[in-house]
Amino acid sequence: MREAATPWERLRQMLITVGPGALWLGLFVLIPTLIMLVASLMSRGSLGQLVPPFGLHNYLRFFSDPLFLEIIGRSLWIGLWSTVFIMLLGYPLAFYIAQSRHKEVLLLLVVIPFFTNFLIRVYAWIVIFQKEGLLNGLITAFGLPPAELLPSTLAVYVATVYTYLPFFVLPLYAAVERIDWSQLEAAYDLGARPIRAFWEAIFPQTVPGLFEGFLLVFIPAVGTFVIADLLGGGKVTLIGNLIQLQFGSAQNWAFGSAASMVLMAMVLLGLWLYARTQGEKGLDKLV
Amino acid sequence: MEPTLFRGRRERKLGQNLAVRLEGITKRFGDQKAVDNVSLDIRDGEFFSLLGPSGCGKTTLLRMIAGFDTPDEGRVIIGGKDMTEVPPYLRPVNTVFQNYALFPHMTVEQNIAFGLRMKKMPRDEIARRVQWALELINLPGYEKRRTDQMSGGQRQRIALARALVNEPEVLLLDEPLSALDLKLRQELRVDLMNLQERLGITFIFVTHDQEEALVMSDRIAVMNKGRIEQLGPTEEIYELPKTAFVAKFIGDSNLIPAQALEPRKVRTALGEFVLDEEDALTPGQEVLLSIRPEKIRLFRDKPNLPNVFRARIDDIIYTGSENQYVLLADGQRLMCETLNQDIQEPGHEEFTYDEEVWVALTPEKLVVIEGGVEGSNPYA
Amino acid sequence: MKRLLSIHAWLVFAFLYLPIAVIVALSFNQSRFGVRFTGFTFDWYVRLFSNERILEYLTNTLIVAVVSTVVSTVLGTLLAVGLVRHRFRWQNALRYLLYVPVVVPDVVMGISLLLLFDVVRDAIGWPRLSLFTIILAHISFQIAYVTLVVRARLMLLDPSLEEAAKDLGATPWLTFREVTLPLIMPGVVSGALLAFSLSLDDFVVTFFTAGPGSTTLPLYIYSSVKLGVSPEIHALSTLMVGITILVLLLGTLFWRKRA
Repeated sequence: MREAATPWERLRQMLITVGPGALWLGLFVLIPTLIMLVASLMSRGSLGQLVPPFGLHNYLRFFSDPLFLEIIGRSLWIGLWSTVFIMLLGYPLAFYIAQSRHKEVLLLLVVIPFFTNFLIRVYAWIVIFQKEGLLNGLITAFGLPPAELLPSTLAVYVATVYTYLPFFVLPLYAAVERIDWSQLEAAYDLGARPIRAFWEAIFPQTVPGLFEGFLLVFIPAVGTFVIADLLGGGKVTLIGNLIQLQFGSAQNWAFGSAASMVLMAMVLLGLWLYARTQGEKGLDKLV
Repeated sequence: MEPTLFRGRRERKLGQNLAVRLEGITKRFGDQKAVDNVSLDIRDGEFFSLLGPSGCGKTTLLRMIAGFDTPDEGRVIIGGKDMTEVPPYLRPVNTVFQNYALFPHMTVEQNIAFGLRMKKMPRDEIARRVQWALELINLPGYEKRRTDQMSGGQRQRIALARALVNEPEVLLLDEPLSALDLKLRQELRVDLMNLQERLGITFIFVTHDQEEALVMSDRIAVMNKGRIEQLGPTEEIYELPKTAFVAKFIGDSNLIPAQALEPRKVRTALGEFVLDEEDALTPGQEVLLSIRPEKIRLFRDKPNLPNVFRARIDDIIYTGSENQYVLLADGQRLMCETLNQDIQEPGHEEFTYDEEVWVALTPEKLVVIEGGVEGSNPYA
Repeated sequence: MKRLLSIHAWLVFAFLYLPIAVIVALSFNQSRFGVRFTGFTFDWYVRLFSNERILEYLTNTLIVAVVSTVVSTVLGTLLAVGLVRHRFRWQNALRYLLYVPVVVPDVVMGISLLLLFDVVRDAIGWPRLSLFTIILAHISFQIAYVTLVVRARLMLLDPSLEEAAKDLGATPWLTFREVTLPLIMPGVVSGALLAFSLSLDDFVVTFFTAGPGSTTLPLYIYSSVKLGVSPEIHALSTLMVGITILVLLLGTLFWRKRA
């Protein structure tokens, strides 16, 4: 007979399994975040490096300058509306796929753009929106003067919707697949007409999937800098662009760190609200 | 004359009106006929069961009465009106679903109130009726509970209340007890029977559990492969099966192939048997004799009875309340059940393995099934 | 109603595929500028392959993806096993830490690692921003995804299977090797595939942690796009889309065969 594992043996097993991963997360996720926090409290040296004195001046500057508040507002605004458009496009699509006889094929059609390189997806819209692009080709074919479509807010919206649409459809599809359709029949049976029955019996079942999809789309849409950088070039500045700028040409790492902390705080706040409504299980589903 | 039906041993008087009439209903899924030309009448206030193995079409039939499916041929008439094409939300019927289909995002109260809300009933009236329904199912005080926190039996009762609160003309029950454990099932059978009697609502009950159907129904329609094999009062279904399928599916039956010698005399592998006076066969006709295990009598000494032959006890299955004997006679196996009572009188004796016994088949208990051996396996 | 739903669906699919189709079409277009199709050509592909730099970027991308995937898969799988099988202090803190790389925007992840490498380099003169730092950065977000995917699979596992193995005399290590690992293998494989594709796809974190000489394909595409649209990029994109589709098709067929 083998002896039951001793506490010492159990500790050894735990260290072997959890140890390396936990150490890695500590070194490369926790510590960098703490460094970022400290950096956000420091000042910009003459060469852009981080120097004392410590203080809240970066945050004060951020929240007192209407320019930066406007950037935050714009990020949230564009993120929110992109998400709304994505939902309008993606919600019916998920239902169409779920009830189709060829759902595997249709799902693959959603997954292909999902796995296509992010930059290529953004790049495609440059090709469409640029001065000699597809859209202007169409416009001039009708004898109209070519439009200045790039850089523009419209282009940023379109590309954001395009880029993150699959992120929304996939979790929502999973929710639609799990729908208990007998509830729809129950609603009919109890006298609800089709639209009412859908609203009362089916829609509530998709709400967790909606929340999940919303977060998967909204967070990266608010945090992105590539889309605004390539398609909004200079015209549309989001918080992601601001951060990139501070670590790039503006050479103000301290201020950039503060802006990052603000972005991170917004995300964590959103997640906290989500976890409160959906529980931790909800967080698991995000992956 | 008013139709008189038996349920249990109690006499029940039913209304004259038809609650539901099905006329030549056929439903195809692909090239498979799920329901094949079924016609039947269900009377007002009746407890009617559709009984059959899975895939026999009973649920499809129920769904067409509810309005979830439309028949390819035939008509569904509810309360005297043709409702074949009427959507479910306009039919005066309600359903208790197999998985209950309770709305998980609503409380008990909201679930029960749903149908009344759809009818735009005033609030206080809804509240009053919900209270009534909760008392009906014995769950007062559970208004604000979430349904996913409740046990299977409670959920089942809420589903029942949610349907009944709308005062449907007909209540459809799709295997409502199948997800519960045996003890609870037995309790709820009685509850359901009493409830039905009290409210006087027509119940159409779908089940694959023959005991459930026998306990609760006024009449049973036994279905197989989309058709009705036999339709009749409960006792008739059990005592006088018309087909080998019914004999095998409802309870256990010994089926003995036989050939008629005279109108009331047949030859079998076990010897020549005389039949009941009501039977009248044409000589040479091939039939099946069916006899229930509990109706076979065993004796140690040769009794002075008709239809007696020798057999050997091949196996004994002790179930507590009963002894089941597996008999072997001329290569034919017969099942015999005797109650495990302590009296040791002829016909109620206890036997041991390999004992040679006398078997007596009482003529009145031998049911003749015409149409030969075909289909003797209900699961084929 | 059904008709509307299907019209909507096909319009959305058109929206999803129009841009990709445009790029593919233009990659075979003779004209260097504009979208007018002036003739079919393979020129841009020939030019792409004669660009030696591209091969170097591709190699860089693959080195990063392979190394980071191997490391993160091993660490992530172990971590998942430990999290499910053991109870310890700080477990909840660790679980929350696991979500951070998944939910925090890439920019934040990228600059925080840039800060880390900078601080450490100031202190000990190492590491230079290079393929090595990119790999470290990629592992840091991959590990979270692998752990969460494998953990989901582990939680579906019937614990009595491991008990049965132990009952039959298997040591903890043998139990893991002979019973647990084979059963969670589908989870490990999908975790690894996810990690691999995340690494190939990543631009933002790479952007902040790359140094001179460690250009990857996404970095190259970004800098070329910044300079303006070019048909070589069309060709490169078309190839990458083609490979994506091929891999997904093979993957689907493979999984279907197994199922």
